[in-house]
Amino acid sequence: MGRRVGIVGVGQTHHAAHRLDASGMELIAEAVTRAFDDAQITRDEIDAIVIGNMDHFENINYVDMWALEGLGAFMKPVFKVTTGGTTGTTIAACAFYSVASGLFDRVLAVGWEKNSESDTQAAVATCANPVLERDPFAGAIGPLATEYSMYMKAYGATEEDAALVAVRDRNNALNNPYAHNRMKVTVEDVMNSPMLSYPIKFLDMCPRSDGACAVIFASEEYAKKMCPRPAWVHASVVRHDYTHFGDLEWQWMPSLERASAEAYKKAGITNPLKEFDVAELYLPASTTGVKWMDSLWFCERGEAPKLIRKGVFNMDGELPVNPSGGVIATNPIGATGLIRVGEAAWQIMGRARDRQVPNVKKALVTGFGGCSWSDVIILGADLP
Amino acid sequence: MGIYTDKRKSTHTPDGFELLLHHSGHLEYDFNWHMGPYWSKFLIEMRDNARFMAVRCEECGNVYVPPRYICGRCFKELNEWVEVGPEGELKGFTIVRFPYINPNNGELMKVPYTSIWVTLDGATTRMMHFCNETDEKNLEVGMRMRAVWAKEPRPTSIHAVEYFEIIK
Repeated sequence: MGRRVGIVGVGQTHHAAHRLDASGMELIAEAVTRAFDDAQITRDEIDAIVIGNMDHFENINYVDMWALEGLGAFMKPVFKVTTGGTTGTTIAACAFYSVASGLFDRVLAVGWEKNSESDTQAAVATCANPVLERDPFAGAIGPLATEYSMYMKAYGATEEDAALVAVRDRNNALNNPYAHNRMKVTVEDVMNSPMLSYPIKFLDMCPRSDGACAVIFASEEYAKKMCPRPAWVHASVVRHDYTHFGDLEWQWMPSLERASAEAYKKAGITNPLKEFDVAELYLPASTTGVKWMDSLWFCERGEAPKLIRKGVFNMDGELPVNPSGGVIATNPIGATGLIRVGEAAWQIMGRARDRQVPNVKKALVTGFGGCSWSDVIILGADLP
Repeated sequence: MGIYTDKRKSTHTPDGFELLLHHSGHLEYDFNWHMGPYWSKFLIEMRDNARFMAVRCEECGNVYVPPRYICGRCFKELNEWVEVGPEGELKGFTIVRFPYINPNNGELMKVPYTSIWVTLDGATTRMMHFCNETDEKNLEVGMRMRAVWAKEPRPTSIHAVEYFEIIK
């Protein structure tokens, strides 16, 4: 066991399809400055920095060098990590490891993306084996659409169940001034939106956004001085499984099942649906907001559609999911996972404004990426 | 124009200059990927002998398509070759209707096309490929599928199989 670690400040940009007003480095500076303000600190009080994005989306290498000034990293240790969709949560995990290890007291985690600068689907498709799987692999949508075709067949889930999730997340985004897509939608709107890749429709799917997020992690000693109510890290677990998309047992999600089971064990959670007060989940398509609820142990395999239809994960439900609007409202990919961490931390700190869930003491965060990789982070108001 | 201003709709700098997007020009990158002994044999067997060769893990019994050097689960070297398919079961599908750039050649993908996961008879893992049926009403998870081989000379790629078709 390492040292206790708390989150003491969060900043994010106003996210959009095109941030014409800012270069990538300026986006990063916007998020970093806001995080410093949130924590009421200056650059001098940061000991080390972890940054990440999707390797080649902007055709810029060495982002740790290229973004240095905006990061506030001049003459400081900087590390770059990148793990596909999970990049944002992995940045958080690495910042947590760095503080928990005792090597640094205050670490800044930064994720960003300028998705508008390239063709996102083509860029995502490069993650598949170039010879054996890339041709039939339709970017991020293909496998997500395919796994839901399996899930519908196995358990009787429907396209309308996914639409309910889309309506929930998209309408939640109306309360989040930073969100990229803010639109009031109905189940009919979602069902009637253009089919992208059966059974996923336009309003079921995440956008590609420009944006950045910064989160400050501090050791117990510093966190107590820096923040009246830090969001303590109770668990951080990463699980990867296979290389090839065809290898995976897609009917459920083994990496998410294993990662969440381990995280719950570490945090002493036995009934996740009851014990969490809020969840910020990396749900890249509304279909995953149905299927992956099984894998988070909220119910038996195949029971998730019932929970969705009951509204269990709505803002007024038993466990509000994605008060921020989630990934289908905002998706600057390298920042997306870290936004989940930041939003969950704000919920605990009581700084989530119009999207605040009352009295949050435990929050669940997930990241999704690569070939069905899963990161799970648990934050709490009480010391772990 | 403080740090908290929402500048998302800006088209000009505060002092009136147009905000620029700089186009890179068309970039081309060529890559040469090493296939190694397992994928080389897999692709040449498909091309020359119209058959699928997989490897079986003696520890966990998984039969892997595509074949590979090591079982990730058991960290055991894989040496037992087995022929699988050419028929199999449809495990999942999607009909792709949005166009996007194929990163392998820079061209727009022709849509709609059907991407499938098919478990070849005798295999544990699924092969990703294409199906010639593009109407979701005619496709159902669990259907039996058959590989339709490309005409000779077949390419040294997964396109040695033209597509999978439903066995009626």
